[in-house]
Amino acid sequence: MNEILNISGVVMDFPTPKGPFTALNNINLKIAEGEFVSLIGHSGCGKSTVLNIVAGLHQATNGGVILNGKEVSEPGPERAVVFQNHSLLPWLTAYQNVELAVKQVFKNTKSKVEMQAWIKHNLNLVHMDHAMHKKPDELSGGMKQRVGIARALAMQPEILLMDEPFGALDALTRAHMQDTLMEIQNELRNTVIMITHDVDEAVLLSDRIVMMTNGPAATIGEILEINLARPRDRIALAEDTTYTKLRAAVLSFLYEKQRKIEPIAEHAKKKSEMKASNSAAA
Amino acid sequence: MIRNIFTTLQALVIPLIGMIVFIMLWSMAASNINTSLGKFPGPQAVLTQFSALYTEHKAERVKEKAFIQRQVERNAKRVAADPDYVPKMRAYTGKETFLDQIITSLVTVSCGFLLAALIAVPLGISIGLSKTLNTAFNPIIQIFKPVSPLAWLPLVTMVVSALYATPDPVVPKSFLNSMITVTLCCLWPMVINTSVGVASINIDLVNVSRVLRLPALKHVQKIVLPASIPMIFTGMRLSLGIAWMVLIAAEMLAQNPGLGKFVWDEFQNGSSDSLSRILAAVFVIGFIGFLLDQGMRQIQRLLSWDKSTASR
Ligand SMILES: Nc1ncnc2c1ncn2[C@@H]1O[C@H](COP(=O)(O)OP(=O)(O)OP(=O)(O)O)[C@@H](O)[C@H]1O
Ligand SMILES: [Mg+2]
Repeated sequence: MNEILNISGVVMDFPTPKGPFTALNNINLKIAEGEFVSLIGHSGCGKSTVLNIVAGLHQATNGGVILNGKEVSEPGPERAVVFQNHSLLPWLTAYQNVELAVKQVFKNTKSKVEMQAWIKHNLNLVHMDHAMHKKPDELSGGMKQRVGIARALAMQPEILLMDEPFGALDALTRAHMQDTLMEIQNELRNTVIMITHDVDEAVLLSDRIVMMTNGPAATIGEILEINLARPRDRIALAEDTTYTKLRAAVLSFLYEKQRKIEPIAEHAKKKSEMKASNSAAA
Repeated sequence: MIRNIFTTLQALVIPLIGMIVFIMLWSMAASNINTSLGKFPGPQAVLTQFSALYTEHKAERVKEKAFIQRQVERNAKRVAADPDYVPKMRAYTGKETFLDQIITSLVTVSCGFLLAALIAVPLGISIGLSKTLNTAFNPIIQIFKPVSPLAWLPLVTMVVSALYATPDPVVPKSFLNSMITVTLCCLWPMVINTSVGVASINIDLVNVSRVLRLPALKHVQKIVLPASIPMIFTGMRLSLGIAWMVLIAAEMLAQNPGLGKFVWDEFQNGSSDSLSRILAAVFVIGFIGFLLDQGMRQIQRLLSWDKSTASR
């Protein structure tokens, strides 16, 4: 196992008006090169916080992240992020959105022609070559997310971080996107951390599923190895007993061991508080 | 198809009906109002004055040409008589016509507006990006924002007189006074809207920039500026509208050349045509204000990615 990422002893305290709020407590995780890891857990447990710390967008209060022997201290293109709501620049076309990233990352290493080819290659990978001169407004949700993935892939990252990349999509589009992602993974073998709420998605795509306990002071509860052969096929797997067992294991963690009964109103309040403090931090 | 024709017809006919009703009401009301300068002008009187004003303008231009012609001839004669003579040209100092005043006002408002934009956009971006700058500037902006720019006028006049004391100025002082007043009134809405636009950029877009490690200048150029263009234009349209209103008032108050002075002069003049000429000026002021806003809207359409804000 060729270790690429090491998250060790990460603690995250958010300052709040009522004193520090400990979101994460002692997160330890090692990820091997080419591994696909899913983070799953109930809403608000701290999945995005973990991802943002790896991305360098947040600084851990304690502990740290080491990528390829270097400590992570700020964001960078070697840790490309695919955001939940695509976050394409609305005034640029799909092509230009990828171009912005490519021009920045390869400004000293690729010629103009090489860059053009590289941008098109990445849009091809996500099957967006036919609509690359459209603005985000003119694209469907799934297409926008494809461009977001193309932009991240085009940075040629050492690790790809995805925060609920398909969370906003309908079930059918989501399945398409998962297939595209598997296809790309077959070819590129990127190291990936993906946050998801979808148990099937986690089992289908991952090599390992990391299950987080409920917050506050959330930590890693269990880690599940998904030893299903690749390439995987969703229809064949539906009747596979190993698949069914793995799926049941995740479900039992989420809904028996970490059952979360939270009144709806309280959850909504938490979400809006989080939003407020997020924008205050910005 | 037929539906389409119907809707376009509707779009044309309804405003037309509105117009006709307005003109009818106006002429009815006008014939019933008696002022010390005669009857309140109706549509007919105003139309007559429009053509009179244009004729006056043409006549004035003919006079100017003749004046220059006479000077050129005189100079030529003197040079022929005495080769050492350095010919002098005096500028024509006739009365400014209505058209001249329109041009003056337009130039003044454009210069004042552009100067304000040059200051306000960079300032607004810096304030929007930096919490510290925001805290520093906010009280100043909040206090100056509600001040009528006309209150600045006396101060501006005095400062310009004191600082701009060259014997032969490039632009007249009165122009500077009006222009700076316009700038002062455009400044605040533009700074505020720009800074709000910059401060409210989607956090995810900022994160994209951080992940790419865009240098500060590139960050502003590629992310901040385009993202806040809709708000910048909102501020610009708002301030251009105010500026045009304020400029006319400032010209009246300070007797600076422009449409405001035209209105004031006609009022002082008190002839039987004065009211219809003032009313003609009122229409022109309104129409130019409308054109200025439409112009800004077209520029916004061209520059802004957010077509929804441009169509308002
Ligand atoms: N900037 C912040 N300030 C204060 N508290 C925060 C901040 N960001 C997140 N939190 C808190 O940290 C906890 C974890 O948040 P996080 O966004 O990581 O959850 P999540 O697992 O990604 O949830 P979801 O699945 O709903 O996206 C939450 O309780 C949240 O309220
Ligand atoms: Mg999240």
